[in-house]
Amino acid sequence: MLTKTSFQGKLTKTENLFIPFIVAGDPGPEWTIQFALGLQEEGADVLELGVPYSDPLADGPTIQRAAQRALKAGMSLRKAIELVPKLREHGLEIPVVIFTYYNPVLQIGHEEFFELLEKNGVEGLLIPDLPFEESEEIRNHSEEKGIEFISLVAPNSDQRIKQIAEHAKGFLYCVSSLGVTGERKEMSAGALAFIEKVRQHSQVPVAVGFGISTNDHVRLVRDHADGVIIGSKIIRLIEAELENIEKGKMDEALKHFTDEIRALVQ
Amino acid sequence: MLQVFPDLKGRYGDFGGKYVPETLMGPLQELEESLDQAMADPDFLKEYHHVLKEYAGRPTSLSYADKLTGQLGGAKIYLKREDLNHTGAHKLNNAIGQALLAKRMGKEKIIAETGAGQHGVASATVAAKFGLECIVFMGEEDIRRQELNVFRMKLLGAEVVSVSSGNGTLKDATNEAIRYWVANCEDHFYLIGSVVGPHPYPRMVRDFQRIIGDESKRQFLEVEKELPDRIFACVGGGSNAMGMFYPFLEDKSELVGVEAAGKGIDTPEHAATLSKGTPGVIHGSMTYLMQDENGQITEPYSISAGLDYPGIGPEHAHLFQTKQVRYEAITDEEALDALKLLTQTEGIIPAIESAHALAQAFKEAPQMSENETILINLSGRGDKDMATLMEHFQEEV
Repeated sequence: MLTKTSFQGKLTKTENLFIPFIVAGDPGPEWTIQFALGLQEEGADVLELGVPYSDPLADGPTIQRAAQRALKAGMSLRKAIELVPKLREHGLEIPVVIFTYYNPVLQIGHEEFFELLEKNGVEGLLIPDLPFEESEEIRNHSEEKGIEFISLVAPNSDQRIKQIAEHAKGFLYCVSSLGVTGERKEMSAGALAFIEKVRQHSQVPVAVGFGISTNDHVRLVRDHADGVIIGSKIIRLIEAELENIEKGKMDEALKHFTDEIRALVQ
Repeated sequence: MLQVFPDLKGRYGDFGGKYVPETLMGPLQELEESLDQAMADPDFLKEYHHVLKEYAGRPTSLSYADKLTGQLGGAKIYLKREDLNHTGAHKLNNAIGQALLAKRMGKEKIIAETGAGQHGVASATVAAKFGLECIVFMGEEDIRRQELNVFRMKLLGAEVVSVSSGNGTLKDATNEAIRYWVANCEDHFYLIGSVVGPHPYPRMVRDFQRIIGDESKRQFLEVEKELPDRIFACVGGGSNAMGMFYPFLEDKSELVGVEAAGKGIDTPEHAATLSKGTPGVIHGSMTYLMQDENGQITEPYSISAGLDYPGIGPEHAHLFQTKQVRYEAITDEEALDALKLLTQTEGIIPAIESAHALAQAFKEAPQMSENETILINLSGRGDKDMATLMEHFQEEV
């Protein structure tokens, strides 16, 4: 009999998902808690908690800046994982996916890393520089611990789409266009056809990310996919509040932030 | 049975592989297929060797350093003169091979990363020669330090993009080149400058650089009737060393790779990746790198911009782990002393990178017998380093 993973248990629906991405520790761990709760308040279904990295190959300038701010605040992979129980204490109920590059994982070591994820109640894991061919060991560990290992597919994945989609866990992260993360004015022309193709092979919700930055984008994606992933745009909204944060105007910063999120995903 | 590296997954023992975003898996697959076809095509290889001969000026000489040998006493010292290659370093061998491959794949635009600017210049050169567009990513700090090479690239018609992320050096320029490639892989070819990056890059660059070792072997046998006892090459990413060592891996010659110890391997300021680093992933490859306890990649330091890289090619990591190559580290000061010694005994001004290999060889030569021989890969000439050398030697000359 198939038992539900804790990710599936915590996910309250499988369509019309809103999956925000924030960087742990940007601009400080206490703020990560506040922003995460604000996002949950505005309807987030899954939280992608990014771990700052010195050399984020898949990320554009916005997330690079967030990573630099978080590293300055002393964030690390271990601390980001240990932030999850604190998020829970403050009332976060949605599943949390740890988003980290592979090198910090290697330095902790696979065994200890998965023990940390389990001990701290992390539901999902995404490693953007670990493609299917390199991920077997990590996928096995994830399976064993009941942690969903989130896979990515890209428009140029071609024959790989079927293989990746069939092994997908949690949700399938569909990269809407080639390139690194970051806001874009237009959705690429072939993106919708690509999303359709991915959905044919996927047993899990298909969520679209990379370049989602306006309410129009959100609505367009919603019509064609099961979820929308928003990263850089949310980081920009956090950046817009840095001045308020510095001045200690916490309530004002949070209100602006949640108002903007509401307008974005309504 | 002799094991062939890399294996089908692009691995050299525990190292190598493809640790890249999903968007690059397609382009890497396309590259690998095109590369395999090209390397099996006699016409492609004929053209590559033709360009090396007619355009780059190969084969480069093997010079016996008689005066230096006399002064140091001990083993006979020979120099493989990559400094005589067109554009002044071994970098062009690889740039020619990859540019020909880019053309064959129908890609009209090339992307390159550069630290000191030697690979940037080599890329801009082949782009001009073969009618390709060229974008070179270079850290803003390196642009400041290497003004002359920036101008050379621009004069050759390349666009030089300043990279301000991170510390604005080679590591960051490489990140940015990869990011640009991710977004533009349909019509751009990423011409990587060393035996680093995801598979098949380390293998491709090695195979386009092995001409150094192949020529050396032939030339050495001609004059000495047997192979050198020891072979020295400097190692940053490791392309000149890999090109020199690869054809000798099964022979009796002892192979010595020389890293940059900067201000000393016991200080934080060095680039001695194998001596002081640990295994991990950098620029798409499992290898040794310099990092902190949280797995964040740290900034290296060397007086030589070409060795100032926090990673190393995965095949070197494998050769280090299996002890097929001995790796040593040489400080800035030792390299500069060796540079001056070669300049004043043989009338050859080497690149500061190459001077690291010289320094290690000069330490060992006097301990060896007069019947023994040493081969040093003189990977490039020192013209590009004049500003640094003036600063250092002004008072002495």
